[in-house]
This record gives sequence, C-alpha cells and structure tokens, in this order.
Amino acid sequence: MSQSGEKGKFPETAGYVGFANLPNQVHRKSVKKGFEFTLMVVGESGLGKSTLINSLFLTDLYPERYIPGAAEKIERTVQIEASTVEIEERGVKLRLTVVDTPGYGDAINSQDCFKTIIQYIDNQFERYLHDESGLNRRHIVDNRVHCCFYFISPFGHGLKPLDVEFMKAIHSKVNIVPVIAKADTLTLRERDRLKRRILDEIGEHGIRIYQLPDADSDEDEEFKEQTRVLKASIPFAVIGSNQLIEVKGKKIRGRLYPWGVVEVENPEHNDFLKLRTMLVTHMQDLQEVTQDLHYENFRSERLKRAGSNRVVEEEVMDKDQILMEKEAELRRMQQMIAQMQAQMKMKPGDD
Amino acid sequence: MLTLQPIGQTKPKSMPGSKQGHLPHLPQSACDLSGVWHTVCPCLRKLSAFEVNSDLTTNVSIKPLTSDLQLEVEVEASVQMEEREGEDGVEQPPLCPIDPNTQGIIKGRDLFGYVGIEAVLDQMRRKTMKAGFEFNIMVVGQSGLGKSTLVNTLFKSKVSRKSCTPNYEEKISKTVNLQSICHVIEEKGVKMKLTVIDTPGFGDQINNENCWEPIVKYVNEQYEKYLREEQHVNRKRRIPDTRVHCCVYFLPATGHRLRPIDVEFMKRLGHIVSIVPVIAKADTLTMEERLEFKQRIRQDLEANGIRVYPQKEYDEDAEDRILNDKIRENIPFAVVGTDKEHQVNGNKVLGRKTKWGIIEVENVAHCEFANLRDLLIRSHLQDLKDVTHNIHYETYRVRRLNESNANGLGLSALSLENGTFDKNEAESQL
Repeated sequence: MSQSGEKGKFPETAGYVGFANLPNQVHRKSVKKGFEFTLMVVGESGLGKSTLINSLFLTDLYPERYIPGAAEKIERTVQIEASTVEIEERGVKLRLTVVDTPGYGDAINSQDCFKTIIQYIDNQFERYLHDESGLNRRHIVDNRVHCCFYFISPFGHGLKPLDVEFMKAIHSKVNIVPVIAKADTLTLRERDRLKRRILDEIGEHGIRIYQLPDADSDEDEEFKEQTRVLKASIPFAVIGSNQLIEVKGKKIRGRLYPWGVVEVENPEHNDFLKLRTMLVTHMQDLQEVTQDLHYENFRSERLKRAGSNRVVEEEVMDKDQILMEKEAELRRMQQMIAQMQAQMKMKPGDD
Repeated sequence: MLTLQPIGQTKPKSMPGSKQGHLPHLPQSACDLSGVWHTVCPCLRKLSAFEVNSDLTTNVSIKPLTSDLQLEVEVEASVQMEEREGEDGVEQPPLCPIDPNTQGIIKGRDLFGYVGIEAVLDQMRRKTMKAGFEFNIMVVGQSGLGKSTLVNTLFKSKVSRKSCTPNYEEKISKTVNLQSICHVIEEKGVKMKLTVIDTPGFGDQINNENCWEPIVKYVNEQYEKYLREEQHVNRKRRIPDTRVHCCVYFLPATGHRLRPIDVEFMKRLGHIVSIVPVIAKADTLTMEERLEFKQRIRQDLEANGIRVYPQKEYDEDAEDRILNDKIRENIPFAVVGTDKEHQVNGNKVLGRKTKWGIIEVENVAHCEFANLRDLLIRSHLQDLKDVTHNIHYETYRVRRLNESNANGLGLSALSLENGTFDKNEAESQL
C-alpha cells in the first residue's frame, strides 16, 4: 500500500516499512465513517438538564419545550425521548443521540420511575445483541447508551434515597457520570462540602461510577495534569446557559443576576469546561467501556438465561402436554359414557 | 438589648433527633418586634402618619444595618403606614378618622373638652406588654432547602439548629417527625414566645405518599387541645396557644411549575392553616426566570383551588384589599437566607459571597426576604393569629361540635342528609 501523500512526510530511510502510517489510515476511515454517541440524561425536572445539553453541544435540541402542569404530572409516568442530531466540526461528523427522561422523580410515589429507564437500556442492548447475531452485520446501528449524566440537586445535603436506588440499579449497565446541577446556588465552600459528601455516600453504598482512565506514562505532563484535575473534580458542578451577555466588552455565555454575572466557561465559576473536556477526550473510552464491560455483562447474562430457559421450558412443556392430553381423553370418555347413559334411559321411556 | 430565655424543647413525637441535644447559642440581636405592637393597637399611630402607603416593596430602606443590628426609626415609621387595622373586639376610638362617613362617631374635634378616652390605649398597651405575644410558625419542605437558616435570619437569632453545621449527622428519617422548639425573644420591652415547628423527613423518600398526614394530624391535635381547654368549666385566664398560626412552605427553585407533592400538600393544609409559600434558595433564578416561575405558580395555585395567605375572602375592607392585593401579586416570595455577614461598600450586610458577587439578603433588588419578613412580623403577624383563631379554629370547632352532637344522638356525621331521607321513608311507610 503506497501512501503517496505521506511519502513526503516520512523520508525513505533504510529499514522503514511504513506501517507508522496506520494511525492516519484509521483516522481517515473513522472520519469518513463518522462517530456515534448516545448520551442519556436523568434527573428531576427543573434541574437544568436541557439547558446543559444545549450549552454543551451549542445547539438547541429542544426547540419547542412544553412544560406540563402539576395535574398532568401526577398522571404521567416516566417517558423516554430520544433526539438525534448530527454535528460536524472540522470535517469530523458526530451523530449524537440524547436520551431524555422527562417525568423522572416527579410523581409523589417514585418507586417505579426507573423501571422504564432500565427497560430502555436493556432494549438497546438486546437489539444490538440481536443484530450482532444476525446474518448481515455490515451496518449495525449502535444505539446503546454509552454514558449517563445523572443530575444531583444542589439543594439537598448529598444524595437523596431516590438517587442512591437509581444509581445502584444502573451502575452495572451504563457509565454513570454524576453531575451537580445549578451550581450557581452554592458558594465555593458549600460546593466542596457537597462534592465530598456525595463521594462519601457513593463509596458507602458501593455505587460504581465511571472512572476516568489514568493517563499513560508516555503521555506528556500537560495531559497527565489535566487528567488529574479532571479526576479530582468529580462530581462536576455545572451551570448551563446559551444566553450571550456582554462583560467588559466581550460577549460570553452566562447568566445575569442583579449581583453579578455567572460565566459558563469560566473555570473559577463552575466545572462546565471540565465536563466538556472529559466528554470530548474520553468519548472513545466511554464507548469502549460500554462495549467491553457493560455490553459483555449483559450478553453473558442474556445467553445464560436463554440457555437455561430453553431446557426448563421443554421439560415443562412435555409434562404439561402429556397431562393435558390425558385429561382431554378422560373428558372425552366421560362424555361418551354420559351420552350412552342418556340414550339407555330414553330407550325404555320410548317404549 | 435582646435577651433570649429558652423555655425548653417540646417534642410532640419522639425521634432520635440529632437536632435536639443542647440548646443553641443565642446571641443578642434585634428583630424589630416593636412593629408587632403596632399591629395590635393600630390607633397608637399619630394622626398625621395615617396614610395608606400603597407601595409595599419600598418600605424597607436599603440602608445597611448599624453595628448592633438595631433598625432605624425611619423603617418603623414606614411600617406603621400599612398596618392591618381593627383588632377584633377593640372599639375604634373616635380619634382615628378611619372612615369619615361613618355615622354615629363623634369626631375628636367635635368634643367640647378633653375627656380622656385615649388613655385606654395606654392601659391596653401596658397589659399586652406584660402578657407578651405567642407565635407558632411551622416550616415545611424538603431537606436542604434552607428552612432553619431562614427562620434564624427572620428572627435574627439562632432559634433553629441548621442541618449543615459540621457536627450534624443527618439521617433522612423514614417518616415525617415533627419537632417543636420554643424560645422567648424580647425587644424594647415586648416579649414574644416563639415556637418553631420543624418537619424533617417531608418529601425526602422515594415514596412520599401521605407524607402530609402527620402534619395534618398535628395541626388538628393543637386545635383539639385548645377546644378542650375552652370547654372546661374552670377555664384558665390565658389558654396556652399551641395552634399553628402560620405554615411556611418551601418550594425548590426549579423554575418550572408546582410539583404534584406541592399541590397535594397545599390543597390539604390550605383548609386548616394559613400557608405562606416561599421559593427557597432563589439565588439560582435570574429576574426573568423568577417572574415567570411566580406567574406559573400563581396559575397553578388558582387552577387547583389552593388558597394561600392572605386569602381573598378574609379581607375586611377596601384598604385591606389594596394592601393584600399587593402582597398577592408578589406571592410566592423568592428568598435567600444566610447568617453570615460581609463587607459591602464599607457596610456590614447579611449576604452570600460567591465568586461573581455578593447576594445581599436584605436588599430588595436582590431577593424578597425583606418582604417576607415584613409580612410575617411587621405587618401581618397579628392578622395571622386572628385568621387562625377566628376562621380556621372556628371551622374546626364547628365541625367537631357537629360531630359530637351527631354522636350523642346516635346518628352518623352526615346527619343532615340522612335525616331528611329517613323522614321521607317514615312518611312513605305511613
């Protein structure tokens, strides 16, 4: 394979084979193919989930928002709304699917609200498993949920019982990234205290959140430092906004209050930039962990279950079938006897 | 100037509560209870100061507090102007030109000489000062919404133990347990026995069905206690009043609408107690978001038939209506509470310091804490007690007496309906 374009880059030295170009080939192919990523956002209503997604990806995924009243909310169950958007930046295409879960935590009795969500995640795994086992495997669409942003309310003192239950239920199925929403309601000290509290409670309950991989030892110091900072800031305390406000002559995204302006992209104000960096630099890793860990877990469980199910079912079916047949025969016999008796009774009567 | 004598802590329900324990440290500070006096005896105002000030929001001067936290006289003067007038049972002395067209009232200037009727005001004043006031306030809301901080800020003293103090080990309790803490606050010779009833565990579980029932039960129990005392043959001179005068309900600042749990709670409690809804931790809403949020909440309240204080039906005259309409337009108040002070422009103010600015709690441009404080303490405290006594308590009393009458005759509580039906049956049999 001669790469005419790259010949100029790598001069023909003795012993040069040329497979150092392979990363470039992979790069070009994946750029052509484009990337797929599915992100799920879960949290109570009013925590700023939609605003944050819009700010992260600089789009408006929810052009016509309808916020239902309390009476409607009582009747509603959790729904799953997936919206897909194709973003392109410098020739790289990203097919981003955001799965929203309106209705989560709204009802007075929230015990069933995560069943719908778990079912959705399982369905996506199921579909992928089915496609993978099928005959035509060329165009498998990967709709599995790669990452779940779980929004924690800043108003409480840590995790609520609902948060703990939900995270325990899905930490083996999806990568959880906990996020503290509406962080402009916290002072710096309160924020640190809340983060520590949340991490303690996560450890206490044995919840496995997504762990950023450590930087390889051959990466440069800057990257290592960045990874260290990111790891230390989990859970991220974020603010979202797409409104442009003028501060000192510059237009920046932020929220305008009578007492000051909160800047979204200012690392001193909140962790929005860190969250975005994490998502962007670790998108590939998130997909890998989903494929290697969560999907494989699901697959092995599923196949084990399917296998044992089949055996048990056959036995049961045999026994049942035999029983039913015998019963049917008995009934037929009884009917015949009854008929004959009736006929015998009638005969003397006729005479 | 202010002395705090903790009376003690009464726990209606036992709870392994870590909020009890030792009594909180009570520093000296003033929370302007002298305004309360004026609500009781509105006619102490000077005649010239009697004008209806139609602007409720500017009655608190943005003047910062002086070092000993005493409020300036000017503030008091402006407060006088929007008093609730007319205490039930207090005869209006003819010196107050309330309604120039009322017949039968001899104006002061028509008297031929000085009679001395106004001395009754002094006597009343002395009596009530000796007796003191009682006020029971209940705070309801999810944990972490700043209930205790707000109560502390309102009364400028550490009446509630905050759940975010470092040694506080919070365990979200499985049921709603009510805790009530009593303090006596004194200011300028006016004593007030303040009881704060807290409701930890409300709305914190996964399944919050019927989490309001313990609260409803508690409110009704207090009414029952008072009723029993009232019905004794030998009644006490002053029946101890443990009825809940005001229930402050904390809404989280989501920016959307009322949640189902809010609607259910307020529906049930709006009939038996005066509810004041409040948007907690409102420093997360910009001004536009705040206005929209309030509007949606008001729509939701109306759509669900929830009556919050001040209720439209209980306005006694046009002046009250104007006053209360102003309040109703602003409900629910968006508040921020804190007990920390910072320096702003050389003055010490109560506020929350963040990297992007300082949120001043008593600055009306920042949040509506001052409006809430005025409503609860300076202008409507006596009115809250009156509404509780005359309306909510009386409703309860009527219901109970009807029930016990019906029980006495052996009929069910729906005696009215059954009575007519039975009569018809009897007639048809004849």
